[in-house]
Amino acid sequence: MSAYRDKDPRIDGIQSKIRVVPNFPKPGIRFQDITTLLLDPKAFKDTVDLFVERYKGKNISVVAGIEARGFIFGPPIALEIGAKFVPLRKPKKLPGKVISEEYVLEYGRDCLEMHVGAVEPGERALVVDDLIATGGTLCAAMKLLERVGAEVVECACVIELPDLKGRECLNGKPLYVLVESH
Amino acid sequence: MFAAENGLKGDPRLQAISDAIRVVPHFPKQGIMFQDITTLLLDHKAFKDTVDIFVDRYRDMDISVVAGVEARGFMFGPSIALAIGAKFVPLRKPKKLPGEVIAEAYELEYGSDCLEMHVGAVKQGERAIVIDDLVATGGTLSAAIRLLERVGAHVVECACVIGLREAKGQCRLNGKPLYILVEPREVDGCY
Repeated sequence: MSAYRDKDPRIDGIQSKIRVVPNFPKPGIRFQDITTLLLDPKAFKDTVDLFVERYKGKNISVVAGIEARGFIFGPPIALEIGAKFVPLRKPKKLPGKVISEEYVLEYGRDCLEMHVGAVEPGERALVVDDLIATGGTLCAAMKLLERVGAEVVECACVIELPDLKGRECLNGKPLYVLVESH
Repeated sequence: MFAAENGLKGDPRLQAISDAIRVVPHFPKQGIMFQDITTLLLDHKAFKDTVDIFVDRYRDMDISVVAGVEARGFMFGPSIALAIGAKFVPLRKPKKLPGEVIAEAYELEYGSDCLEMHVGAVKQGERAIVIDDLVATGGTLSAAIRLLERVGAHVVECACVIGLREAKGQCRLNGKPLYILVEPREVDGCY
Protein backbone atom coordinates (compact mmCIF):
# COMPACT_ATOMS: atom_id res chain seq x y z
CA MET A 1 0.00 0.00 0.00
CA SER A 2 1.23 3.50 -0.52
CA ALA A 3 0.68 6.82 1.12
CA TYR A 4 0.57 8.17 -2.44
CA ARG A 5 -2.84 6.64 -2.84
CA ASP A 6 -4.00 7.82 0.57
CA LYS A 7 -2.94 11.31 -0.50
CA ASP A 8 -1.62 12.64 2.76
CA PRO A 9 -1.04 16.35 2.12
CA ARG A 10 2.65 15.99 2.91
CA ILE A 11 3.23 13.59 0.00
CA ASP A 12 3.21 16.20 -2.76
CA GLY A 13 5.91 18.17 -1.00
CA ILE A 14 8.03 15.06 -0.57
CA GLN A 15 7.63 13.96 -4.18
CA SER A 16 8.50 17.41 -5.49
CA LYS A 17 11.84 17.30 -3.67
CA ILE A 18 13.04 14.07 -5.25
CA ARG A 19 15.31 14.78 -8.19
CA VAL A 20 15.36 12.52 -11.25
CA VAL A 21 18.82 12.21 -12.80
CA PRO A 22 18.69 10.77 -16.33
CA ASN A 23 21.14 8.12 -17.50
CA PHE A 24 22.64 7.35 -14.11
CA PRO A 25 24.36 5.02 -13.39
CA LYS A 26 24.01 4.08 -17.04
CA PRO A 27 22.05 5.12 -20.17
CA GLY A 28 18.33 4.54 -19.95
CA ILE A 29 18.08 4.58 -16.16
CA ARG A 30 16.20 7.51 -14.58
CA PHE A 31 17.82 7.67 -11.13
CA GLN A 32 15.62 8.76 -8.24
CA ASP A 33 17.86 11.04 -6.20
CA ILE A 34 16.72 11.51 -2.60
CA THR A 35 19.64 13.77 -1.65
CA THR A 36 17.58 16.79 -2.69
CA LEU A 37 14.84 15.68 -0.30
CA LEU A 38 17.43 15.70 2.52
CA LEU A 39 18.20 19.35 1.72
CA ASP A 40 14.66 20.37 2.69
CA PRO A 41 14.33 20.01 6.47
CA LYS A 42 10.54 20.13 6.39
CA ALA A 43 10.15 17.57 3.61
CA PHE A 44 12.76 15.28 5.20
CA LYS A 45 10.99 15.56 8.56
CA ASP A 46 7.61 14.83 6.91
CA THR A 47 9.12 11.72 5.32
CA VAL A 48 10.33 10.39 8.65
CA ASP A 49 7.09 11.43 10.40
CA LEU A 50 4.95 9.47 7.94
CA PHE A 51 6.86 6.29 8.77
CA VAL A 52 6.95 7.01 12.50
CA GLU A 53 3.19 7.62 12.60
CA ARG A 54 2.64 4.29 10.91
CA TYR A 55 4.97 2.21 13.09
CA LYS A 56 4.94 3.79 16.54
CA GLY A 57 3.16 1.69 19.14
CA LYS A 58 3.24 -1.45 16.99
CA ASN A 59 5.79 -3.25 19.15
CA ILE A 60 8.52 -3.04 16.54
CA SER A 61 11.91 -3.52 18.15
CA VAL A 62 14.14 -3.64 15.05
CA VAL A 63 14.59 -1.23 12.16
CA ALA A 64 16.98 -2.76 9.64
CA GLY A 65 18.39 -0.35 7.07
CA ILE A 66 20.05 -1.28 3.80
CA GLU A 67 23.42 0.27 2.98
CA ALA A 68 23.80 3.09 2.34
CA ARG A 69 20.67 5.17 1.78
CA GLY A 70 18.70 3.01 4.22
CA PHE A 71 21.14 4.34 6.83
CA ILE A 72 19.78 7.84 6.24
CA PHE A 73 16.10 7.06 6.87
CA GLY A 74 16.29 4.05 9.21
CA PRO A 75 17.99 5.53 12.30
CA PRO A 76 15.65 8.54 12.72
CA ILE A 77 12.69 6.16 12.48
CA ALA A 78 14.26 3.70 14.94
CA LEU A 79 15.01 6.45 17.45
CA GLU A 80 11.46 7.82 17.31
CA ILE A 81 9.69 4.46 17.67
CA GLY A 82 12.01 3.12 20.38
CA ALA A 83 13.62 0.41 18.26
CA LYS A 84 17.21 -0.59 17.67
CA PHE A 85 18.83 0.14 14.33
CA VAL A 86 20.54 -2.71 12.49
CA PRO A 87 22.68 -1.88 9.44
CA LEU A 88 22.60 -4.42 6.62
CA ARG A 89 25.85 -4.03 4.74
CA LYS A 90 27.84 -5.01 1.68
CA PRO A 91 30.43 -7.74 2.31
CA LYS A 92 33.44 -7.17 4.60
CA LYS A 93 32.19 -3.92 6.12
CA LEU A 94 30.80 -5.29 9.38
CA PRO A 95 33.64 -6.14 11.76
CA GLY A 96 32.07 -8.91 13.81
CA LYS A 97 30.69 -12.32 13.01
CA VAL A 98 28.07 -12.05 10.25
CA ILE A 99 25.49 -14.02 8.35
CA SER A 100 25.27 -13.40 4.61
CA GLU A 101 22.53 -13.58 2.02
CA GLU A 102 23.29 -13.56 -1.67
CA TYR A 103 21.02 -11.97 -4.22
CA VAL A 104 20.88 -11.67 -7.98
CA LEU A 105 21.72 -8.48 -9.86
CA GLU A 106 20.98 -7.69 -13.48
CA TYR A 107 24.50 -8.97 -14.24
CA GLY A 108 25.98 -11.16 -11.53
CA ARG A 109 25.35 -11.37 -7.81
CA ASP A 110 25.84 -9.34 -4.67
CA CYS A 111 25.63 -10.07 -0.97
CA LEU A 112 24.10 -8.48 2.11
CA GLU A 113 25.42 -9.11 5.64
CA MET A 114 24.09 -8.71 9.18
CA HIS A 115 25.88 -9.07 12.50
CA VAL A 116 25.18 -12.28 14.38
CA GLY A 117 23.42 -11.43 17.63
CA ALA A 118 22.04 -8.09 16.48
CA VAL A 119 18.51 -9.45 16.20
CA GLU A 120 16.89 -12.02 18.52
CA PRO A 121 14.30 -14.64 17.59
CA GLY A 122 10.77 -13.34 17.86
CA GLU A 123 11.64 -9.68 17.39
CA ARG A 124 9.33 -7.67 15.15
CA ALA A 125 11.27 -5.89 12.41
CA LEU A 126 10.96 -3.36 9.63
CA VAL A 127 13.25 -3.19 6.62
CA VAL A 128 13.94 0.33 5.36
CA ASP A 129 15.51 1.54 2.12
CA ASP A 130 15.14 4.67 0.02
CA LEU A 131 13.73 2.83 -2.98
CA ILE A 132 12.36 -0.52 -4.14
CA ALA A 133 13.03 -1.46 -7.77
CA THR A 134 13.16 -5.19 -8.56
CA GLY A 135 12.98 -6.06 -4.87
CA GLY A 136 16.11 -8.21 -4.89
CA THR A 137 17.91 -6.35 -2.12
CA LEU A 138 14.82 -6.08 0.08
CA CYS A 139 14.17 -9.75 -0.38
CA ALA A 140 17.71 -10.60 0.75
CA ALA A 141 17.25 -8.30 3.75
CA MET A 142 14.03 -10.05 4.75
CA LYS A 143 15.71 -13.43 4.48
CA LEU A 144 18.52 -12.37 6.79
CA LEU A 145 16.04 -11.30 9.44
CA GLU A 146 13.89 -14.39 9.06
CA ARG A 147 16.93 -16.66 9.26
CA VAL A 148 17.55 -15.43 12.80
CA GLY A 149 13.89 -15.91 13.71
CA ALA A 150 12.67 -12.34 13.50
CA GLU A 151 9.25 -11.48 12.10
CA VAL A 152 9.40 -8.97 9.26
CA VAL A 153 6.31 -6.87 9.82
CA GLU A 154 6.71 -4.65 6.75
CA CYS A 155 9.17 -3.25 4.23
CA ALA A 156 9.19 0.54 4.08
CA CYS A 157 10.58 2.63 1.23
CA VAL A 158 10.31 6.26 0.26
CA ILE A 159 9.93 5.44 -3.47
CA GLU A 160 8.57 2.50 -5.44
CA LEU A 161 9.15 1.83 -9.14
CA PRO A 162 6.00 -0.23 -9.64
CA ASP A 163 6.81 -1.12 -13.26
CA LEU A 164 9.69 -3.26 -11.97
CA LYS A 165 7.25 -5.33 -9.91
CA GLY A 166 9.42 -5.46 -6.81
CA ARG A 167 6.33 -5.97 -4.67
CA GLU A 168 5.90 -9.46 -6.15
CA CYS A 169 9.38 -10.39 -5.00
CA LEU A 170 8.50 -9.91 -1.37
CA ASN A 171 6.75 -13.25 -0.84
CA GLY A 172 3.57 -11.67 0.43
CA LYS A 173 5.24 -9.39 2.94
CA PRO A 174 3.56 -6.00 3.03
CA LEU A 175 5.29 -3.02 1.46
CA TYR A 176 4.63 0.58 2.40
CA VAL A 177 5.85 3.37 0.17
CA LEU A 178 5.33 7.11 0.13
CA VAL A 179 5.64 7.87 -3.57
CA GLU A 180 5.59 5.99 -6.85
CA SER A 181 7.63 6.78 -9.94
CA HIS A 182 6.87 5.44 -13.39
CA MET B 1 37.98 18.61 22.62
CA PHE B 2 36.39 15.81 24.57
CA ALA B 3 32.83 16.22 25.84
CA ALA B 4 33.89 15.22 29.36
CA GLU B 5 36.31 18.14 29.48
CA ASN B 6 33.86 20.51 27.92
CA GLY B 7 30.73 20.75 30.03
CA LEU B 8 29.82 17.08 30.35
CA LYS B 9 32.27 15.99 33.05
CA GLY B 10 30.84 13.03 34.94
CA ASP B 11 27.81 12.82 32.68
CA PRO B 12 26.65 9.19 33.09
CA ARG B 13 25.44 9.10 29.50
CA LEU B 14 29.06 9.20 28.27
CA GLN B 15 30.02 6.08 30.22
CA ALA B 16 27.00 4.21 28.88
CA ILE B 17 27.85 5.27 25.33
CA SER B 18 31.43 4.10 25.76
CA ASP B 19 30.29 0.79 27.24
CA ALA B 20 27.93 0.21 24.33
CA ILE B 21 30.72 0.34 21.76
CA ARG B 22 32.23 -3.03 20.92
CA VAL B 23 35.95 -3.49 20.28
CA VAL B 24 36.77 -6.00 17.55
CA PRO B 25 40.45 -6.96 17.58
CA HIS B 26 42.42 -7.30 14.36
CA PHE B 27 39.80 -5.82 12.02
CA PRO B 28 40.24 -5.00 9.18
CA LYS B 29 43.80 -6.21 9.73
CA GLN B 30 46.19 -7.40 12.45
CA GLY B 31 46.91 -4.89 15.15
CA ILE B 32 43.84 -2.70 14.64
CA MET B 33 41.36 -2.62 17.55
CA PHE B 34 38.24 -1.71 15.59
CA GLN B 35 35.71 0.46 17.43
CA ASP B 36 32.35 -1.02 16.40
CA ILE B 37 29.44 1.41 16.84
CA THR B 38 26.81 -1.05 15.58
CA THR B 39 26.36 -2.26 19.17
CA LEU B 40 25.67 1.34 20.21
CA LEU B 41 22.87 1.44 17.62
CA LEU B 42 21.33 -1.64 19.26
CA ASP B 43 21.03 0.19 22.59
CA HIS B 44 18.16 2.60 22.05
CA LYS B 45 18.85 4.73 25.10
CA ALA B 46 22.58 5.05 24.44
CA PHE B 47 21.98 5.80 20.74
CA LYS B 48 19.38 8.42 21.63
CA ASP B 49 21.73 9.95 24.22
CA THR B 50 24.49 10.15 21.60
CA VAL B 51 22.25 12.08 19.23
CA ASP B 52 20.84 14.24 22.06
CA ILE B 53 24.30 15.33 23.23
CA PHE B 54 25.16 16.56 19.73
CA VAL B 55 21.73 18.16 19.29
CA ASP B 56 22.04 20.02 22.61
CA ARG B 57 25.42 21.35 21.55
CA TYR B 58 24.47 22.51 18.04
CA ARG B 59 20.82 23.54 18.23
CA ASP B 60 21.52 27.18 19.09
CA MET B 61 24.58 27.62 16.88
CA ASP B 62 22.64 28.59 13.75
CA ILE B 63 23.83 25.53 11.86
CA SER B 64 22.06 24.99 8.53
CA VAL B 65 24.14 22.05 7.23
CA VAL B 66 24.99 18.71 8.77
CA ALA B 67 27.43 16.91 6.45
CA GLY B 68 27.84 13.20 7.13
CA VAL B 69 30.70 11.06 5.90
CA GLU B 70 29.73 7.79 4.22
CA ALA B 71 28.67 5.41 5.58
CA ARG B 72 28.69 5.52 9.37
CA GLY B 73 28.28 9.30 9.38
CA PHE B 74 24.91 8.59 7.77
CA MET B 75 23.80 6.74 10.89
CA PHE B 76 24.22 9.77 13.16
CA GLY B 77 24.01 12.84 10.94
CA PRO B 78 20.39 12.77 9.74
CA SER B 79 18.88 12.51 13.23
CA ILE B 80 20.96 15.48 14.36
CA ALA B 81 20.01 17.47 11.25
CA LEU B 82 16.30 16.76 11.76
CA ALA B 83 16.42 17.83 15.40
CA ILE B 84 18.22 21.12 14.75
CA GLY B 85 16.32 21.99 11.57
CA ALA B 86 19.34 21.70 9.28
CA LYS B 87 19.71 19.99 5.93
CA PHE B 88 21.63 16.73 5.71
CA VAL B 89 24.35 16.49 3.08
CA PRO B 90 25.91 13.07 2.40
CA LEU B 91 29.61 13.08 1.55
CA ARG B 92 30.24 9.97 -0.49
CA LYS B 93 32.83 7.73 -2.07
CA PRO B 94 33.33 8.29 -5.80
CA LYS B 95 30.58 7.55 -8.32
CA LYS B 96 27.78 7.12 -5.78
CA LEU B 97 26.19 10.57 -6.05
CA PRO B 98 24.18 10.83 -9.27
CA GLY B 99 24.38 14.55 -9.98
CA GLU B 100 27.24 16.95 -10.64
CA VAL B 101 29.81 16.70 -7.86
CA ILE B 102 32.95 18.27 -6.53
CA ALA B 103 35.64 15.88 -5.32
CA GLU B 104 38.42 16.09 -2.77
CA ALA B 105 41.24 13.56 -2.55
CA TYR B 106 42.79 12.47 0.73
CA GLU B 107 45.63 10.26 1.88
CA LEU B 108 45.19 6.73 3.14
CA GLU B 109 47.84 4.67 4.86
CA TYR B 110 48.54 3.16 1.44
CA GLY B 111 47.38 5.24 -1.48
CA SER B 112 44.57 7.75 -1.59
CA ASP B 113 40.78 7.95 -1.72
CA CYS B 114 38.25 10.57 -2.65
CA LEU B 115 35.18 12.20 -1.10
CA GLU B 116 32.43 13.80 -3.20
CA MET B 117 29.63 16.28 -2.57
CA HIS B 118 26.79 17.38 -4.83
CA VAL B 119 27.19 20.77 -6.46
CA GLY B 120 24.49 23.09 -5.15
CA ALA B 121 23.82 21.17 -1.94
CA VAL B 122 25.53 23.79 0.19
CA LYS B 123 25.45 27.54 -0.40
CA GLN B 124 28.05 30.15 0.28
CA GLY B 125 27.96 31.43 3.85
CA GLU B 126 26.08 28.48 5.34
CA ARG B 127 27.25 27.29 8.76
CA ALA B 128 28.08 23.59 8.75
CA ILE B 129 29.15 20.75 10.98
CA VAL B 130 30.78 17.54 9.76
CA ILE B 131 29.85 14.28 11.46
CA ASP B 132 31.45 10.84 11.40
CA ASP B 133 31.52 7.95 13.85
CA LEU B 134 35.25 8.11 14.52
CA VAL B 135 38.29 10.32 13.91
CA ALA B 136 41.70 8.69 13.61
CA THR B 137 44.26 10.58 11.54
CA GLY B 138 41.70 13.18 10.48
CA GLY B 139 42.35 12.63 6.77
CA THR B 140 38.72 12.03 5.85
CA LEU B 141 37.44 14.87 8.01
CA SER B 142 40.02 17.23 6.49
CA ALA B 143 38.77 16.35 3.03
CA ALA B 144 35.20 16.95 4.18
CA ILE B 145 36.13 20.37 5.56
CA ARG B 146 37.85 21.29 2.29
CA LEU B 147 34.77 20.31 0.26
CA LEU B 148 32.53 22.55 2.33
CA GLU B 149 34.97 25.45 2.31
CA ARG B 150 35.41 25.21 -1.44
CA VAL B 151 31.73 26.13 -1.86
CA GLY B 152 32.06 28.96 0.65
CA ALA B 153 30.49 27.34 3.70
CA HIS B 154 31.79 28.01 7.20
CA VAL B 155 32.67 24.78 9.01
CA VAL B 156 31.84 25.50 12.64
CA GLU B 157 33.01 22.17 14.07
CA CYS B 158 33.66 18.48 13.35
CA ALA B 159 31.79 16.06 15.57
CA CYS B 160 32.65 12.41 16.19
CA VAL B 161 31.40 9.82 18.63
CA ILE B 162 34.91 8.36 19.12
CA GLY B 163 38.28 10.05 18.92
CA LEU B 164 41.53 8.18 18.64
CA ARG B 165 44.59 9.19 20.61
CA GLU B 166 46.24 10.91 17.64
CA ALA B 167 43.34 13.33 17.62
CA LYS B 168 43.60 14.24 21.29
CA GLY B 169 46.69 16.37 20.98
CA GLN B 170 45.51 18.22 17.94
CA CYS B 171 42.11 19.46 18.95
CA ARG B 172 41.73 21.18 15.63
CA LEU B 173 41.60 19.99 12.06
CA ASN B 174 42.65 22.51 9.43
CA GLY B 175 42.13 25.00 12.27
CA LYS B 176 38.59 23.72 12.88
CA PRO B 177 37.55 22.55 16.34
CA LEU B 178 36.83 18.88 16.92
CA TYR B 179 34.21 17.66 19.40
CA ILE B 180 34.44 14.05 20.56
CA LEU B 181 32.23 12.11 22.97
CA VAL B 182 34.43 9.20 24.03
CA GLU B 183 37.88 7.72 23.67
CA PRO B 184 38.36 4.27 22.21
CA ARG B 185 38.64 1.27 24.51
CA GLU B 186 41.60 -1.03 24.19
CA VAL B 187 39.98 -4.36 24.85
CA ASP B 188 36.50 -5.69 25.14
CA GLY B 189 36.00 -8.69 27.40
CA CYS B 190 32.78 -9.88 25.87
CA TYR B 191 33.44 -10.25 22.18
